[in-house]
Amino acid sequence: MISPPTSDFGNAAREGMHDDSQARTQARLALDGLKSRRAVQFSDPHEWAALRALGGLIREHTLRHLPELLETLETNLTANGIQVHWAETVEQGNAIVARLVGEEQVKQMVKAQSAVCTEMGLHHAIESLGVTVTESDVVGGLLQQGREWPSHMVIPALHKTGDQVAPLSGATVTDVEGLCRMARRTLRDKFAAADAGLSGVNFAVAETGTLVLVENEGNARMCASVPRMHIAVMGLEKVTARLEDVPPLLSLLTRSASGQAITAYVSMLSGPRRSDEKDGPDAVHLIILDNGRTRLYADPQWRKTLQCIRCGACQNHCPIYDKVGGHAYPGAYSGLIGTILAPQQLGNDDAGTLAQASRLCHPCTEVCPVLIPLDKLLIRRRIAQVQAAGDDLWLWRLWALIHRFPLLYRLHLVVLRSLGRVLPQMKPPSVNWPAALHPRRMTAQNLHQLARAQRISDA
Amino acid sequence: MPDARHAILARLRAAQDKGHLPPPDYGRLDPRGWSAAERLNRLRQTMMAAGTEFLDARAVAWLDALQQWLAAQDVPGCIYAPTTRVGQKIAAGWNGQAPLVPFLRPLADWKDELFAQAGAGITTTHGGIVETGSLILWPDALEPRSLSLIPPVHVALLDCRQIYDTLWQAMREQNWQSRMPANLLLLSGPSCTMSLGSEPVVGIHGPKRLLVILVEGDPAA
Amino acid sequence: MDQSQTAARSAARPNTVYFYGTCLIDQFQPAAGLAGLKLLQAEGLDVIYPQGQSCCGQPPLVAGYADEARQVAWAQVRLFSRDLPIVVPSGSCATTMKRHYPDLFRGTEQQAEVEDFSARVYELNQFLVDVLGVRLVDHGAPIQVTWLGSCQAIRSLDLDRCAHVLLRQLDNVTLIELTRDFECCGFGGGLGQHRPEIAATLGAQRIAAVSATRAELAIFDDCGCMLTLENGLAEAVPPTRPRHIAEFLWDRSHD
Repeated sequence: MISPPTSDFGNAAREGMHDDSQARTQARLALDGLKSRRAVQFSDPHEWAALRALGGLIREHTLRHLPELLETLETNLTANGIQVHWAETVEQGNAIVARLVGEEQVKQMVKAQSAVCTEMGLHHAIESLGVTVTESDVVGGLLQQGREWPSHMVIPALHKTGDQVAPLSGATVTDVEGLCRMARRTLRDKFAAADAGLSGVNFAVAETGTLVLVENEGNARMCASVPRMHIAVMGLEKVTARLEDVPPLLSLLTRSASGQAITAYVSMLSGPRRSDEKDGPDAVHLIILDNGRTRLYADPQWRKTLQCIRCGACQNHCPIYDKVGGHAYPGAYSGLIGTILAPQQLGNDDAGTLAQASRLCHPCTEVCPVLIPLDKLLIRRRIAQVQAAGDDLWLWRLWALIHRFPLLYRLHLVVLRSLGRVLPQMKPPSVNWPAALHPRRMTAQNLHQLARAQRISDA
Repeated sequence: MPDARHAILARLRAAQDKGHLPPPDYGRLDPRGWSAAERLNRLRQTMMAAGTEFLDARAVAWLDALQQWLAAQDVPGCIYAPTTRVGQKIAAGWNGQAPLVPFLRPLADWKDELFAQAGAGITTTHGGIVETGSLILWPDALEPRSLSLIPPVHVALLDCRQIYDTLWQAMREQNWQSRMPANLLLLSGPSCTMSLGSEPVVGIHGPKRLLVILVEGDPAA
Repeated sequence: MDQSQTAARSAARPNTVYFYGTCLIDQFQPAAGLAGLKLLQAEGLDVIYPQGQSCCGQPPLVAGYADEARQVAWAQVRLFSRDLPIVVPSGSCATTMKRHYPDLFRGTEQQAEVEDFSARVYELNQFLVDVLGVRLVDHGAPIQVTWLGSCQAIRSLDLDRCAHVLLRQLDNVTLIELTRDFECCGFGGGLGQHRPEIAATLGAQRIAAVSATRAELAIFDDCGCMLTLENGLAEAVPPTRPRHIAEFLWDRSHD
């Protein structure tokens, strides 16, 4: 069983950071490439602002009408012949899949990469039923063989170089093209032999009862078309009201995620194969998953997290993620959105300290295509943590007292300055927060005094 | 399971904000107003950048051009949909120098055989989209979706007069909302991956090559 | 705040403004604060500096101590009660007061007053460019500089654009752009406290990037960033001297 990485962010972060190996360098190069490609796509700031506003509004609409949209989606999917199942928890979701697998006597399954499936630990759950599950995206499959955990929600092997990926397969190919040829050959047999295909869903359109799958490799199409059963899993926030929501959301998604105007394949599935069609699955199932999302929904601010379309841009632009890598984050989602989602899904203790892994700089908030106020949510998460377990309360109470009363503030500066004269200098490392604010560096006169000397008015 | 549905919806309803939101303004997705020549040119450029190949058959008989291309490229023939009008035209005009395999039986009956085919799957399209560099594929009972997925090469017939500026425009003008098929595909190049290094790598699970044949008018004519 | 709102507000040029010095400038770089103040006076404005000001509350806020942050924030807001713009020589403090204060006071009795306060907050460079439309004349000798905008504000408060406008007005100043746009210095957000190694790595990378420009001066808008990187910049090969943009602009344009 592939275990998720440690919940000890500190240690994992340290490891990730000091890893100057080719893998981390490769990951950074890949991230730089993703960032510059995205920048090229959104080089027109007016278009970016307008499209983003539209995308944000469409996602807000989804959340505003979420229960009705889910009902409409279910009605129209059902009318199209797609069977809809609801799961409050990961356990329920896995049980539904287990039942379907048993009923249809599935022995072999092919699976397309999906963050929700990772969230559910679905791969392991199905394997424990004695079903062979093959990850079908070229790198996911190799990660599977190497028993590794994805490090990025869109590009799961961001941390791997081509050279590192090859040995995972046990093959001797050393070039990327060779790797792809080998992956294609191996997986074609699996696609042909599979009884069922498993995928995520990028968007689910309520108006038409349609599941939209966005990909480059063609393996999601294979999973959804070739075996006799297609099982799709999605978080309940993925629904959208109208088919015309898809163009702007799709554009924001692919350009933000990989800097592509569109991916090679966008499939819009509105049912199993029609009775006179010669191919397509006999049965299509959709599992709608909660797993903490309704909890997020209950709070007007946390609810905004559910606007996420899983593009990964926030983590691509995070200087912390760049330094420590995705394995330092617990759960299925790394980077910024993971920092906010994980505590909801894994419980505060496990993932609570993640929120400190931010400098509250702005890039994530600037690049989010659907206007999620990530910086504000991070602050909110920290406030929530402190309410649960604030270790430094006395310190901040004292600090607040000093800074609320001008006289105390002035007094404390005098004290600090005197201290500064007697405290020893702080040695390097020179980029060091306590050293930066050493009282020794305080000036003899502060701005208040200079302003008074210049006779600047007080009120 | 009905309990899960009920519980989820109840929780959502309990927290739902019933306030008014202004409706999204889709109008900003309006067409760009490119000329027909510009549209074709841009579409070609974008698709070629993604690895798509083009065969311009606007002034020639496309079926002859295709057969020459297949021979020159060492692609052993075609798999095609025999009951479509285009399929009938292909059968009638095939010069027999390469195999022509009809997709007659359900996929389930000959899956391994189809997977082993080395020829090109050939399909029609329902137009192209400039903004994203895409083709619209509308598989149905006569023209199975596997033709654009399983064979290693996919040949797509595009009527140049049926090119839209944007996806939104295509969707509205073709009235997708009221007639969605079981499987509608936007196709924008040969299969590729962005997951290996910083450059896209072409040729993964879907077709390794995509050839677009440009025609003027109905290809079945 | 989007540009149209900024433009609307800037339509009326004020005669009087408040100046919010910020605690780090107050304690470590008061000359920079004074320079910012004088830049405003040089444009004919009356400047008010409420002596009771201390800190915007960013430290407890980013640490998650909302009550303590609120107490200190409210103490500041009350000092700036007249309907005048509040000019702030720090990207992170301006962001705190403008973007985060409203959330902090949501649902409290002080909400309306705080929202009014936040709407009047301007980062110094933004105020100079968008409201005053300053035209600086360079009296200094040729010099090469690089610019490090505090990451919170470079886009959300248009700081990057405005700083570039001002620096480019100085004819003898050559501005060398830093690569890797989205890197930050590691200061603040609590990172330096909780994850010092990550902060240190970020800072070290930023320093290396600055040193690589071979600029003589590194220009900052935010005292926190300056203090964080100062030692490292001095020790880098070649070294770079940090300077707050207010001080730099004042010195170059007023000999």
